[in-house]
Amino acid sequence: MSEKLNSALDTAGPQAGRIEDLWWLLFGFCAVVFVAVMAVLVAALVRRRTPDESMEPTYAGQRTALRYVGAGVLATGAILLGFLIASVTTDRGLDEIETGGARVLTITGRQWWWEIRYEDARPDRVVVTANEIHVPVGQPVLLRLRASDVIHSFWVPSLAGKRDLIPGRDTGLWIQANRPGTFQGQCAEFCGYQHAHMRFLVIAQPPAEFDAWLEGQRASAPEPATDEERRGREVFLAGSCVMCHTIRGTAAGSIVGPDLTHLASRQTIAAGARPNTRDHLAAWVADPQRTKPGARMPVPELPPADLQALVTYLRSLR
Amino acid sequence: MIGDDFYSSPPARALAARGRTGNVCGYGDYAQDSPPAEIVRADAASRTAVLSELRAGPGNPTERKRASLYDDNAWAVSEGQRWFQAFNCNGCHANGGGCIGPALMDDVWIYGFEPENIRATIIEGRPNGMPSFRGRVTEQQAWEFVAYVRSLGGLLRKDVEPGRSDSTNARLAPQSLQKPRQSE
Amino acid sequence: MKLSPEVKAALHEPATDTEAALLERTWARPRGLAGWLASTDHKEIGRRFVVTAFAFFLLGGVLAALMRLQLSRPELGLLDPDLYNQVFSMHGATMMFLFAVPVMEAMGVYLVPLMIGTRNLAFPRLAAFGYYIYLFGGVMIYVAFAFDTGIETGWFSNVPLAGPEFSPGKRTDFYAQLITFTALSAMVEAVNLIVTILKLRAPGMTLNRMPLFVWAMLVTSFMIVFAMPTVATGSAMLMLDRLVSTQFFNPAEGGDALLWQHLFWFFGHPEVYIIFLPATGMVSAMLVPFTRRAIVGYTPVVLALIATAFAGFGLWVHHMFAAGLPKLGQSFFTAASMLIAIPSGTQIFCWLATLWMGRLRFTTPLLFVLGFLFTFVMGGLTGVMLAAVPFNLQVHDTYFVVAHFHYVLIGGAIFPLFGAFYYWFPKTYGRMLSERLGRWNFALMFAGFQLTFFPMHILGLHGMPRRVYTYPAETGWGGLSLLASIGAGVLGLSVLLFLINVLLALRRPRENPANPWHADGLEWSTTSPPPACNYADLPVVRGRYALWTKGEPTVVTGLRRDRMFVLVTHVLDAQPDHKREMPAPSLWPLLAALATTALFIATIFTPWGVVWGLIPVFVTLVGWFWPKQDES
Repeated sequence: MSEKLNSALDTAGPQAGRIEDLWWLLFGFCAVVFVAVMAVLVAALVRRRTPDESMEPTYAGQRTALRYVGAGVLATGAILLGFLIASVTTDRGLDEIETGGARVLTITGRQWWWEIRYEDARPDRVVVTANEIHVPVGQPVLLRLRASDVIHSFWVPSLAGKRDLIPGRDTGLWIQANRPGTFQGQCAEFCGYQHAHMRFLVIAQPPAEFDAWLEGQRASAPEPATDEERRGREVFLAGSCVMCHTIRGTAAGSIVGPDLTHLASRQTIAAGARPNTRDHLAAWVADPQRTKPGARMPVPELPPADLQALVTYLRSLR
Repeated sequence: MIGDDFYSSPPARALAARGRTGNVCGYGDYAQDSPPAEIVRADAASRTAVLSELRAGPGNPTERKRASLYDDNAWAVSEGQRWFQAFNCNGCHANGGGCIGPALMDDVWIYGFEPENIRATIIEGRPNGMPSFRGRVTEQQAWEFVAYVRSLGGLLRKDVEPGRSDSTNARLAPQSLQKPRQSE
Repeated sequence: MKLSPEVKAALHEPATDTEAALLERTWARPRGLAGWLASTDHKEIGRRFVVTAFAFFLLGGVLAALMRLQLSRPELGLLDPDLYNQVFSMHGATMMFLFAVPVMEAMGVYLVPLMIGTRNLAFPRLAAFGYYIYLFGGVMIYVAFAFDTGIETGWFSNVPLAGPEFSPGKRTDFYAQLITFTALSAMVEAVNLIVTILKLRAPGMTLNRMPLFVWAMLVTSFMIVFAMPTVATGSAMLMLDRLVSTQFFNPAEGGDALLWQHLFWFFGHPEVYIIFLPATGMVSAMLVPFTRRAIVGYTPVVLALIATAFAGFGLWVHHMFAAGLPKLGQSFFTAASMLIAIPSGTQIFCWLATLWMGRLRFTTPLLFVLGFLFTFVMGGLTGVMLAAVPFNLQVHDTYFVVAHFHYVLIGGAIFPLFGAFYYWFPKTYGRMLSERLGRWNFALMFAGFQLTFFPMHILGLHGMPRRVYTYPAETGWGGLSLLASIGAGVLGLSVLLFLINVLLALRRPRENPANPWHADGLEWSTTSPPPACNYADLPVVRGRYALWTKGEPTVVTGLRRDRMFVLVTHVLDAQPDHKREMPAPSLWPLLAALATTALFIATIFTPWGVVWGLIPVFVTLVGWFWPKQDES
């Protein structure tokens, strides 16, 4: 699972697969047209002509030449008609996905991270996480997309085309992964300073594994096991972290920043800006502006010992 | 006006642009292979500390210029506006219009309109309902709050004042404001 | 007005030397700095316009080089995101608003009166005003950029990102006013060109004898008149949202975030054709002399120009496919976007046929035309791919699109433009550019361009989004990005070579060849550089290829030479109608432009700028239009 797919030409889902087929069709015809036009151009350049240095202009041959022009235009029209049919057919095909009992996720674009909610009929079973979407292999998932601030665009090249998240207009997107794997996704609509670091992962797992993961995410945060972790939790709850973040099972319940209940289970921090290691986490907490200039997280100004304890605690949130 | 460089970038960038490349001492160099490892080492040796520049306290008259890091910074003011909504200051001050708490967009300042007065109000709290946010907001956030609150009172330069927010809002035009006065 | 009796086409009676000197005195502008600033000569304005636009092209190029440096390796820290965002936004805005559209209009301002055989544009003072407005707008945005207040939300500046909440400070207000400046300038120049082309053509230049470049400028000018108002409206709404808290784009108060995109792209897509169509006119103009034959399919080419203009307004939504608009609408815009390939294809086939039937002379301008054909055909084909909604959803806002539009804009407009520089340089400056350096210039530009932009197709397909200031190493985009950055260096070198070529040419003494290319266009019948009055005798046109038409050249006689008279002709058949006196050079356009600039800049900071700023604008306009005592 170390390889992270990130290509519209290396697809793992029916949506992206259909588009890939369309691409190869378009590419094939366009390549032929390009080669043909260039062949005519080259032939026109190297065509044998009677040497002629006179500057006397010619006017002859219009009629014949125009016949070829007309033929070219007709051929163009025919190819375009074919493309139009292929395009519309593929477009319709994108909607043909088995949707019975599909899971619904609400994805909210924030400057510059993704809030991910696994919806459930029972409110206490709703799971909120960030920047990492787990999906069961072979099952379609409906993503409800909304933006809380500016326009973002949700894009996982290996699974589906992109869809904008627009304030005031909810949009939606079906995705499905046909095989297990990790797929890179990112924001594709310019959204400010850290548009570059508004990335996420989609992790497709076998259904059983996925269910286990989801069950794990439903749980509250584990209790601190060591003194250091306890102290870290104290730092978290007594300081400024609690003003923005949620850790379920504690008093922290703010929704300004990402939910940290199971932070340690994620592969990246700061929306894909860095891998989730202790070093990177410590650097991120100590000075978010350094890792991700312009990020909305203020510098918390913790004494060194507090910072170490806090990081230890955050690392325990599996 | 626009001559004041970096007035619409994040304060951290303004500092960086003035030659202070890191907010945190001991971070190491951005171009290094593993700056995070550097910070962990520095941290273990208690060498990390946030540069005082970012605190930007204008309380000290010699640091008067420092206030401009927030007061003259449109990005900082807009961050203040964002915190103001995120931390539900609206709940009492109703977008500056006043409801449970006093209005912030008029020209009456019960506890003073200087930056340090407003910071004290936020950090220490005030009788009759204003809670203390000591420890709950970082220095950076506190000064961003101060800048925003001052902008509500029309005390900042026109070109750093925030525009309307994208939520429903009912903010009076700042042109209608009188000069600030301190209530006795 | 009745046809004045002295205006009639007569047989060739060349003006005597004293008569020519009198004409030159009548049309020359006053000497000195004031005279220079007051100039209303279309050649002078056009030359300044082109040089200014080229200066902005160089600035935009430097910004592009900065971006390529930053993106050459993953996670490079040369530019922080704040600066990078300004750099890419300024690059886009510079190239679109301050270079591509203005330079095409500038070429029109310079060439059209020469090509249609008249003495000046229909509204000479308006031409000067348009130029100054453009210049001041461009200077404004670069001064702001120098003070770290450059555009930061892209040349498209989508709301809500560009709205009051998410773009604090004044950066986006400068952007909105830049649009106002350029839209105003473009519209006045467009109106000017339309009237000039329709009413000031030489007798005998009926519509179907009009040079194709003039046709292209006519169609383009009409597009500008229809496209620019929407974006000017949009920018005004953005200013209002930001300055006086209106709610046009705020969904929470009943506004709409997508409204901006509709307004912007309704202008933004025709904009591409506003840049491209004049370039096709240049291609048609250059093909004729270098194939030594008439263009194949004059009528289809003209019809294609007009069809492109109409269809160009019907496909803006393909910039918004990812926004999730209704399916039926999307299919319509797919069809419309594909449809536009038909007129473009028609032009390409006509040019191919002309090349095939012609007897080629491989000069530098022709090389640029060939480079254009290669590059533009490829860009056009990726454009057709982008019209397909599903594929568009994958590559929209990725480097694939970056590659596509650089293929159509650099390939479709810059290559012909550089060819045009080589072609018309002797007319303007009386000296030839070096052919040897020209070939090197072309070769480097072509190779550098392909090296820079071809890899971007692949990057886009492999998931690289646009407008990112950096990217993680694990994405695997590093190699191709580096290649593109190297190509950008080669591209920069080729532009440098062009500058050297120009400087070397300007140091040489004038050769003054009237028609070094043995070309057909009317502009080659006058001296190089042309006199202030353009033609000592106003020519009469007897065929589509004016200088190739057999028989004794005919001229108009009888117009007074001591007054600035031009001949006004009928719209369709260019029959002489009446004579009209041109306004004298004047400083008022400059003063009016300064007053307008003050108004625009003041409104960035306060709404009262509109109220107080209107007073100087009014005063300068009164001065401008103050009636002149008739001396006769």
